[in-house]
Amino acid sequence: MSESYILSTIVENKPGVLFKASNMFRRRGFNIESITVGPIEQPGLSKMTIVVNGDESTVEQLVKQLAKLIDVIKIVRLEAKNSVVRELALIKVNASDQKARADLMNYVQIFRGKVVDVGEETMTIEVTGAPDKIDAFIKILTSFGIRDISRTGITAIARG
Amino acid sequence: MVEMIGAEAVIEALKRENVSVVFGIPGGANLPIYDALYSSGIRSILCRHEQSAAHMADGYARASGKVGVCMATSGPGATNLVTGIATAYMDSSPIVAITGQVPRAMIGKDAFQEVDIIGITTAITKYTFQPMRAEEIPSDIKKAFYIASTGRPGPVLVDIPKDVQQEKANMIFPDKVTIRGYRPVVTPHPLQVEKAVDLLLSAERPVLWGGGGVNLSNAHEPFRKIAELLMAPVVTTLIGKGAFPENHPLALGPIGMHGTAEANRIVLETDCLLSVGVRFSDRSTGRFDAFCPDAKIIHIDIDPSEIGKNKRVHLPIVGDAKVTLEQIYERLKSKIVEQRNDSPWLRRVEEVREEVRRNAKLDGSNRLMSVQIIKKIRQLLPPEGILATEVGKHQMFAEIHYKVVRPRTWITSTGLGTMGFGFPASIGAKVAKPDVPVVDLAGDGSFCMTENSLAVCVEEGIPVIVVIMDNRSLGMVEQWQRIFYNRRYSSVKFGSTPDFVRLAESYGAVGIRAHTLEEFEKAFNHALLSEVATVIDVPIDPEEDVYPFVPPGAGLKDILYGPNG
Ligand SMILES: Cc1ncc(C[n+]2csc(CCOP(=O)(O)OP(=O)(O)O)c2C)c(N)n1
Repeated sequence: MSESYILSTIVENKPGVLFKASNMFRRRGFNIESITVGPIEQPGLSKMTIVVNGDESTVEQLVKQLAKLIDVIKIVRLEAKNSVVRELALIKVNASDQKARADLMNYVQIFRGKVVDVGEETMTIEVTGAPDKIDAFIKILTSFGIRDISRTGITAIARG
Repeated sequence: MVEMIGAEAVIEALKRENVSVVFGIPGGANLPIYDALYSSGIRSILCRHEQSAAHMADGYARASGKVGVCMATSGPGATNLVTGIATAYMDSSPIVAITGQVPRAMIGKDAFQEVDIIGITTAITKYTFQPMRAEEIPSDIKKAFYIASTGRPGPVLVDIPKDVQQEKANMIFPDKVTIRGYRPVVTPHPLQVEKAVDLLLSAERPVLWGGGGVNLSNAHEPFRKIAELLMAPVVTTLIGKGAFPENHPLALGPIGMHGTAEANRIVLETDCLLSVGVRFSDRSTGRFDAFCPDAKIIHIDIDPSEIGKNKRVHLPIVGDAKVTLEQIYERLKSKIVEQRNDSPWLRRVEEVREEVRRNAKLDGSNRLMSVQIIKKIRQLLPPEGILATEVGKHQMFAEIHYKVVRPRTWITSTGLGTMGFGFPASIGAKVAKPDVPVVDLAGDGSFCMTENSLAVCVEEGIPVIVVIMDNRSLGMVEQWQRIFYNRRYSSVKFGSTPDFVRLAESYGAVGIRAHTLEEFEKAFNHALLSEVATVIDVPIDPEEDVYPFVPPGAGLKDILYGPNG
């Protein structure tokens, strides 16, 4: 059965590490949904959060292949129920008249988003949350006319 | 701390790894390294093509167990190494390739002879280094050797910008390096060992299956002792030939596409398969789901990613083959009170063998010139003699008919199947083992790919023996076109081939043509005593096809014994 798995990996923070990982995914035909990378508090290390779609044995093989990369130091498989999963999205929508702006503000409040930029004809909204929340928000905004979307991809951390 | 330039640090680091020989070609971007090499005392073998330099380093590594070193300049020098690096990668052979790179300031500018060799080789190396400051060189080279030779061995590339080679720095040469993301598991989990022992003891029809990992970890002795203790027949992979002496009464030879008939038949009947250092390659197992469907499979490998990659196994054991087999052997020995020399299983093995022998007599395969030559080589070559092969029918004939009796005396490109590998690899092997005769069994097609290494043999006094099975064709492909494409011979027959005798002579080597087995024996004995390389050209009927043959995509049981099935 195919589902999404989140792998939180600690990697060496040096040039080429992301390339080596993504090159391996491509070569072995793994289906990656997103990768995010950022520094962590220990110097010289980064955290790479990978979301992969596949069945149990595919993901098991992916974990092994990832572990084989010498620049990968640690891999933790995060279970959705035991972890906090977040994504950030910036969405630019049409908002030329007063009514649209008011409606938008309403939705932004419900989804606990933030208006981060206002143009003559547009508004840009920031929202964070689990990916399905963001999907739902985007769906609602479609009726206003979406000009552009930037999503960060998932980052996650174990609870407790 | 010593002050020196980067290039000198490269050479000093190589010396500290006990490197006595490097194979390569200089050029603009590695001039400083070659300058430091000049007065270093390290033997520098000047190759005629970088691909061959990599194969020589590989052959050196396979024969000796030590790391082989090759060198090339940036750009085309580096890209010429690629086939050699990929060949070593697929067969887990420890080599270190050192390439020159354009100066730091030129990287990314598409400078003359700049190529992103790190990007190109990432998928075919175990690791790559690109020191950006001279003082990184000593530890990078140390790490390169450490990574290449430990765990599952493999090639490592070190790409050094020219100005880093020229830069002066205070160098510290570490005695030890630690790499936090790299800790190969050597010792197996005791519980898994215990389970393996139980499975083996309760098996009625055990089979041992040895791969390249047995050779790489020098696990031959415990492997053999387990087979003898259990009285279990032994099969191998193609690269695993030599994991077990093939003249041993329990040896059945390799399984797979061109494995022996007895090995392919017996392995399917086992109820417990002890697989050691194998990767369940499609060429060995045939269709994965038709391979030993009813057997309990134990899989020992030092590379966890090999376990379950192609085939689900019942009992995975991650560990070094030698360490693991020694532990299994000790536990088995303490549990087996009485050793059996006879069992229904052994009688069944004998029955299959007898049948195969009878069939061989009937189909006349033993009378083929290819087969007779190979058997003759075995007869004339001492047990410690090394046979390398190229890729093609001659290789598959050798797989079936050449009996490897000592470890590290069989050198062949299996994973990548690289034509042109055998000859330079045999040169590397001869450099590692100068006192042992080394033969390259070649097809004429393969030999033409790296034949210019004859110049290296003559110049360096490396008297390898090349036996060309000369069928004036890309024989293996011709055979497939004969079987699967109804004899439509598309670009396989050579319209023109060199006169290999005169070709050898033009390089200053010895060339001999042998039309009969008697002539061949004479030529070969002559070559064994020769101080220069010898090429023996043996004309072969292109229709001599290699059987048995498991067609691609089929299961091992769908083995073809001849053109009519
Ligand atoms: C570099 C490379 N190119 C192409 C192939 C495909 N191939 C496999 S076997 C073979 C024919 C080999 O011919 P030859 O060396 O004469 O040996 P023979 O089969 O005739 O014994 C070819 C072309 C290959 N394995 N390697």
